[in-house]
Amino acid sequence: MSNAWLVLPVGLFVAVLDLYPHPIAGSLFSDTSQADRSRKGVLNTDSLPTRFGYGKPASAVQITPLDIDVRPDGQGLPAGSGTATTGAVIFAAKCAACHGAGGVGGPNGSLVTTTPAPGKRTEKVIGNYWPYATTVFDYIQRAMPFSQPGSLTNEEVYSLTAYLLTANKLLDEKAVLNAQTLPKIVMPAQKLFVPDDRKAGPEIH
Amino acid sequence: MVKPDSDGDQPAKPATITRRTLLGGAATAAVAVVQTSFAKGLQISIPQVPDDPTKQMGVPPGKVGTRSAFEKLAKNASDISSRSPLQDLYGTITPSDLHFERHHNGVPAIDPAKYELLIHGQVERPTVFTLADLKRFPSVSRIAFLECSGNFRTGKETMSPQEICGLTSQSEWTGVLLSTLFREVGVKPSSSWFLAEGGDAALMTRSIPTSKGWNDAIIAYAQNGEALRPEQGYPVRLFLPGWEGNTSVKWLRRLELGDAPWQTREETSKYSEGIKGGKIRQFSFDIDARSIITFPAYPVQIQKGWIEIRGLAWSGRGKVSRVEVSTDAGKTWKLAELQEPILDKAHVRFRHLWQWNGSETEIMSRVTDETGYVQPTFAQLIDARGADTGGYHFNPITVWQIKPDGRVLNRPENFR
Repeated sequence: MSNAWLVLPVGLFVAVLDLYPHPIAGSLFSDTSQADRSRKGVLNTDSLPTRFGYGKPASAVQITPLDIDVRPDGQGLPAGSGTATTGAVIFAAKCAACHGAGGVGGPNGSLVTTTPAPGKRTEKVIGNYWPYATTVFDYIQRAMPFSQPGSLTNEEVYSLTAYLLTANKLLDEKAVLNAQTLPKIVMPAQKLFVPDDRKAGPEIH
Repeated sequence: MVKPDSDGDQPAKPATITRRTLLGGAATAAVAVVQTSFAKGLQISIPQVPDDPTKQMGVPPGKVGTRSAFEKLAKNASDISSRSPLQDLYGTITPSDLHFERHHNGVPAIDPAKYELLIHGQVERPTVFTLADLKRFPSVSRIAFLECSGNFRTGKETMSPQEICGLTSQSEWTGVLLSTLFREVGVKPSSSWFLAEGGDAALMTRSIPTSKGWNDAIIAYAQNGEALRPEQGYPVRLFLPGWEGNTSVKWLRRLELGDAPWQTREETSKYSEGIKGGKIRQFSFDIDARSIITFPAYPVQIQKGWIEIRGLAWSGRGKVSRVEVSTDAGKTWKLAELQEPILDKAHVRFRHLWQWNGSETEIMSRVTDETGYVQPTFAQLIDARGADTGGYHFNPITVWQIKPDGRVLNRPENFR
């Protein structure tokens, strides 16, 4: 996938960083008046130690179970794999009640691109609005099924992701989805996303 | 028909007032029909009141205070959110139990004794903090608003400020500056983004620029002088002044420092908005300036004579500079009075005295913030973004129609 998006927003905030000097340089808010400190609730670094020593070092045993997030570059994807065929069975059993048979309709909304009825707006779904395929895995893993969040195995999450990407015509039915193949999928909506173009001042954005 | 919020909120239902809520420990003596915010007559109980309260012993002090049973304050709730009754509030602090809510899989029950905040990733010292640890650090308190970026509704005349934009509230938030914790764990200069993750059943996540963490982010454990309410993230939430409410992740359990955004479901498919050319704007964090007249507003009916027009104004980009009020459908504008103190990224009260002569008109307010941004009209916003924009970061001037009989009705806008 393209890395352009991972770079763009970072650049956007360089200016902000310049306004607020990096505290490791020892100049945190040193250009801020006492009145401003009071107003903004920032600390006077004159008496702020480098460290307080509160808290306990976090071990891998503590971090690993919580560190489930997945990035577009694939960082965080677990071992395992899945296919759309397996995903279809899981979807029918655990997802269709909320998202409709085949991911269309349902009380909590469609997940698959359909042709809108005449005069109706196109529904925003995975196939036409989500910019990154990795987000599908990440979100299913952390939040689904709604009534039993966190209950799916890695294989089940890969399979459901494969099924939804296939249903949206973004993945071949026979494809095996895993930590290597998932980040390579380029979503159609990715090219539509742009960083915040609003800025302070009179202009309406 | 009320248009749902862009993040799937449901049309408002009239709030139900329970007998238990109203009794407040007093005996029931009478039944009265009262006018609610929704202009529906509800038959409710009111407490027994002596003819002369000075001739009867009052009740002794209690362990907690209670709101008068005569005050009918209530949020109106959908399955996923509830809205502050802006038209029923005074000043600028929202009572904590009336602060708006928005959550993604209910309010979790978290034992503060077992609570931990993990900070890891691009840091020198991955660390776990207990609640007691967090409270040992130097603390800060800051009065600031919090607003859902999907805080926009239109579509019918009979809508109160609560229904139009009740997803904004204000509190004094207390906690430890995130910059203090960043120093403690040794955030590496290579980190440009961090992931904030909630400990709710949705494991809500947002990617936040690390610069905001260094600037003014607060790891908050208290609100309006007491521990956070569960609905507001008990025991610990992130609070990002001036930024869209969704980024102030509640029930915060983990911060991971990294060098790129995670592109979570919330920041891609939800909190993003259509702009011109078929593009989608993302990471639009700042709340643009907005104001609304909260009195007179639907459902009140006014009488001829002097009326103090009152309302709220705010900006996520800094201080409110001025608020103007028009009582002639936008033909002329007059400066409103602002109630001090005028705080940075905070709700400000405005007032304007007006003599209504009984003729039909429209009244409205517009705010200007210290960056020079002037609150736009609905038409100006659609012109800037295109008709497919959706309801995120949609902050138009709210227009109230004054009818000859004194009714005050929202002017609906034509929104897809």
